[in-house]
Amino acid sequence: MCTMIATQIKVAGSGKAGNGWFTLGEANVSYDHPFEAPFEHALSLDFVNEALGPSARVSVELDVASARQLVDTINAILAKADSGGYIVE
Amino acid sequence: MQYATNQYEGMIAETIVIPGHNGDPVGAYVARPLGPGPFPAIVVIHHMPGWDEWYREVTRKFAHHGYIAISPNLYHRAGHGIPEDIAVQVRAAGGVPDDQVVGDVAGALAYAVAQPTCTGKVAVFGTCSGARHAYLAACRAPGFAAIINCWGGRVTMEPQELSSNQPVAPVDYTKDLACPVLGIFGEEDSGPTPPQVALLEQALIAHGKTYEFHMYPDAGHGFFYYDRPAYRQAQAMAGWKQIWAFLAQYVG
Repeated sequence: MCTMIATQIKVAGSGKAGNGWFTLGEANVSYDHPFEAPFEHALSLDFVNEALGPSARVSVELDVASARQLVDTINAILAKADSGGYIVE
Repeated sequence: MQYATNQYEGMIAETIVIPGHNGDPVGAYVARPLGPGPFPAIVVIHHMPGWDEWYREVTRKFAHHGYIAISPNLYHRAGHGIPEDIAVQVRAAGGVPDDQVVGDVAGALAYAVAQPTCTGKVAVFGTCSGARHAYLAACRAPGFAAIINCWGGRVTMEPQELSSNQPVAPVDYTKDLACPVLGIFGEEDSGPTPPQVALLEQALIAHGKTYEFHMYPDAGHGFFYYDRPAYRQAQAMAGWKQIWAFLAQYVG
């Protein structure tokens, strides 16, 4: 762990990995060395279900600009849905 | 390594299980030269991405150069699967605890010196977080004859970086280090940065330790990794040359 900048949150939803869809349990968010993306560090999102074992995992590794744009886009989409009355929490 | 085309050569490489911290079973990959020896040994500590193929290859590389090489799986307790799935799980849990790492590496050291073909001299090698762990183990697990620190990140740490799993910066154990240090670093690395390497060097000087550092220009983090864009061929080859010379001088 070269930065150890990582945190885990509980999430509800579904993810699709090589073996098909599975129920998500957690999301791991980190800024550390990627496994595949060609950067020294990446913003990594790992959607997992630890109760199902380590292979229950959907992973993306983003550069910083992409990660920031994704955050902004998610917030914008949620705001639009909220203003349209689509979100009931 | 220079060798004749007609010389005998062979090795065996396999996964085994050794007693680690608190006697826990821990997987290890061992590669050792065939023949009576005696051979020096090296403990090979994997990096953040896990107990992966690069580390299998490097373990065999050390055996090819005449060392009994053992690479313990520091993520053994997190379960089993492909290395990066396990590494993600360990990272989310805050990394492996330092005390546990020291115990696991001490177990690998004990395995190496117990081999009938071992000279009893054992080095420890690591890259990235593995180099941090190598430095910790060299300070806290008595018996190593040399340590090779390849771009170890967070050997020096700011107070806010300390955690329950990593409560002490490895550099703070420097007074207990009882073997020479080889450091291989890249000028463009963001962890450790050249100023962080300088802090480590200052600690080694302050405690009167034997060390040699090599800082390579036009190289960043992980410049030995041929499977990553960070690979720098000339610097990597120069680094390996320093490793073989250092091992020959201090381990045999």
